[in-house]
Amino acid sequence: MVIPAPPGKMGPVPLPAPELLVGQSPPRLDGLDKLLGRARYLDDLTFEGQLWGRTVRSTVAHARIVLIDFDPSYDWSGVTRVTARDIPGENVVQLIDDDQPCLAWDVIRHFDEPVALLACADREKLEEALRHVRVEVEPLPAVLDPAASTQVFKHYRYEREAGRLAEAFARAHRVVEGSYRVRHQEQLYLEPNAVCAVPRADGGILLHGSMQCPFYVQRALKRLLALDDERVAVVQTVTGGGFGGKEEYPSMIACHAALLARAAGRPVKIVYGRGEDLASTTKRHPGVVSHRTAVAADGTLLGGEIDVLFDGGAYSTLSPVVLSRGAIHAPGAYRWPACRVDARAVATNTPPNGAFRGFGAPQTLFAVELHMDRIARELGLDPLDLRRRNALRPGDRTATGQELRESVSALEVLEAVAERSGWASGRAQPKGDGPKRRGLGLSLVLHGAGFTGSGEVKLKARAGVELTPTGCRVLAASTEIGQGTITIFAQLVADALGLPLGAIEVAAPDTSRVPDSGPTVASRTCMVVGGTLEGAARALHRRLAAYAAEVYGGDAERIACVGGTFREGARAIATFEEVARRQLADRGPLVIVEQYSHPPGIEWDDDEFRGDAYPVYAWAATAVEVEVDLDSYETRVLRVVTAQDVGKAIHPLLCVGQIEGGTVQALGYALMEEVVHRDGRVANDRLQSYLIPTALDAPPIETILVENRYPHGPRGAKGVGELPMDGPAPAVAAAVLDATGALVPELPITPDRLRAALKLGAAPTASLGETPLGAAE
Amino acid sequence: MIELVLDVNGAERSARVPPLRRLLDVLREEFGLTGTKEGCGEGECGACSVLLDGELVNACLVPACQAQGAKVVTVEGLARPDGTPSTLQRLFLERGAAQCGICTPGMLLAAQRFIDLGATPTDEAVREALAGNLCRCTGYSKIVEAVIEAAREARR
Ligand code: FES
Ligand code: FES
Repeated sequence: MVIPAPPGKMGPVPLPAPELLVGQSPPRLDGLDKLLGRARYLDDLTFEGQLWGRTVRSTVAHARIVLIDFDPSYDWSGVTRVTARDIPGENVVQLIDDDQPCLAWDVIRHFDEPVALLACADREKLEEALRHVRVEVEPLPAVLDPAASTQVFKHYRYEREAGRLAEAFARAHRVVEGSYRVRHQEQLYLEPNAVCAVPRADGGILLHGSMQCPFYVQRALKRLLALDDERVAVVQTVTGGGFGGKEEYPSMIACHAALLARAAGRPVKIVYGRGEDLASTTKRHPGVVSHRTAVAADGTLLGGEIDVLFDGGAYSTLSPVVLSRGAIHAPGAYRWPACRVDARAVATNTPPNGAFRGFGAPQTLFAVELHMDRIARELGLDPLDLRRRNALRPGDRTATGQELRESVSALEVLEAVAERSGWASGRAQPKGDGPKRRGLGLSLVLHGAGFTGSGEVKLKARAGVELTPTGCRVLAASTEIGQGTITIFAQLVADALGLPLGAIEVAAPDTSRVPDSGPTVASRTCMVVGGTLEGAARALHRRLAAYAAEVYGGDAERIACVGGTFREGARAIATFEEVARRQLADRGPLVIVEQYSHPPGIEWDDDEFRGDAYPVYAWAATAVEVEVDLDSYETRVLRVVTAQDVGKAIHPLLCVGQIEGGTVQALGYALMEEVVHRDGRVANDRLQSYLIPTALDAPPIETILVENRYPHGPRGAKGVGELPMDGPAPAVAAAVLDATGALVPELPITPDRLRAALKLGAAPTASLGETPLGAAE
Repeated sequence: MIELVLDVNGAERSARVPPLRRLLDVLREEFGLTGTKEGCGEGECGACSVLLDGELVNACLVPACQAQGAKVVTVEGLARPDGTPSTLQRLFLERGAAQCGICTPGMLLAAQRFIDLGATPTDEAVREALAGNLCRCTGYSKIVEAVIEAAREARR
């Protein structure tokens, strides 16, 4: 609490213990508005003179456009029409390779690709108008199977001690091979995509929207509209979930709304219906991962070859970086004396795949983890012991040659889960002999915190704080999408300044007002941006302490703000508010912006794909108990126990919230979620046919927070956003294997796939033998 | 067009609307009560849940004419008269039951309906009561905890 000494009567007062906020769980700052129904999401806002926008989409997977025909007999009054011809700048949605057009012009490369845009004040008329646009095409052959694709978006190949691979396979006790397949998963944020573009008098655009990365959107708009920084502002509105799904696609929708708004001279709102959102926006990359592994009789890994194939969809969008994370995580949390990873992302004529929590890692980690269970089976070893034997330890090197120096917790999380899940007794229990079988499985994963490789070095993220009369304002482009960004930022900054939480405001991410902190992705918000903010807040504290020393006397080095009051030792000097007001009156506004830089010694070589792929890794072990019904082939998750090392939980309640939410998404990935394409079109574009876990599907989850601090993270924090997505799916597959003896090498483990694996593999309770891979298809 | 008159959160409201206009749109667009959300528009997600004469309904499936003369409770009507959060809302906040918040209004009404029914708040009963309301953020545990606690307090 702040106990301001009465003015003019400064004297020694007992020093209150600093009430540190980090590590506590104060109510989230955006909580009350959300609970009272006051939070305004994009669709809750109305804009003066607003029109509604709609997108005309392709109805074919691959074709040449002959004609975009706006029915000449239709009354188009009151309807704004836009095609690629109306784009003032470049027809591209800026991202990495810039191969995706904002509106298809000559060639359509996937079903539901945007071709033209309409806007109208009357929604009924707009729907009617939509039916009067005809896209005449000449069909082209469509490539729908990634294995048949000849267009490679990205190819990485990296090795560790490759010279020793042949020797490893030659002296192996066993060579174990397996191939694993994962499917498209939809992020399914509950608030569908929504933006509103407002034209400005200066020819510029003000864009409001539900999004993760305002600066991505701003850059895309500048390029499309040929506008400078000054004339494009992007403001994030309260966002109803993202999970990666609002990383890149909002740039596309923003471009559409902006084109319409400029053409109409009025604000244009585009709010996707659920069907449109499901059918046309990005999904988790599907893929096939194959392992060939040399193992010693005791289970020690001797060498491995790993092949990764991701289906990128029709445009490269984020595939190069999704693939690099996938490739780096492909060897899992293990020591590989020799290893080779070959990873490709290829093109198909399907809607582009993109960012989704985990970003390539859940796919490759599923493969390596289930492969560990296959190895354990083949060698007759306990899967826990196999993992213990091979888990990375401090001082070990990863497959990219990175020496693990700090905060390495594979064994710690593994042991915690083994104990709390009752592993030994759980595995020993009879699986049951009726139709219901029980099984216990586990997984061990790591997740690189922050951007992969040189991402952060290139990005140079900036974030800052601005002094206010009563505290400070956080200036960052990181978005609150439900995960708790603004609350943990406020906690970190409040502690650095010795202030209560209430003294901190967090500015809305508005590209015209906040520095570019980079996108809200890659589990980087806390570690990278939070750490930068903490640094900025400390700098602000130093400035104010120096100022206080100057005006009130004292030694700046020894002056600190504690509980809202500047003190020198036990002597209270002035309240923060007094110092702040005086400083502002005397010297004007005070804004401190800092730039992130990696801790010393982090080196990454992009060309060789070698070195420190991430500054640090977060670690998680997960045990899952399932019940499999051999009559219906349905799998039910009974409980989950997970231990996750996040470095430091800034806000334990929010942190556990991330873990529980991510775990349930991952259980959906494991058992029920699959976007099905038919001739390149999303066939299950409704919530009736794309199912996600309900409260009845979600099991009780026991979370053990492990805090193995990372010395260069804010207060020791690493990242937590994606980690919980990685481990549950392979743990479910391992539990199904334990329960039934069937290894289902494909997600989701649907009743059909389990039945096929059981039929073609071994009878339940028999040993696994060779489970045919094609079983699931 | 019909002259729709109904009681929303204890106040009489009226609007001239087409009889088949969705109650969801009437609430959001005619009355400015944007707390009620749309997640799917076809009765699958529960984001638009409101109480209609005490029953939990998906406002995206209810035509305006069906709400004629009814009593409707939306999230805006859950707080105490002085505007402070109800016990249920407070517990949602304390227990971390709201993350992105888009499912929260509907979830609160489903929970309120469960509490109003006065059933014993077991884990299973609460999950059953919330099964029509999707949440993609929380994994449900914190929501279930908050509802059990609120129901216990209500029974005290
Ligand atoms: S919007 Fe009504 S149930 Fe989804
Ligand atoms: S809190 Fe985001 S959907 Fe429930």
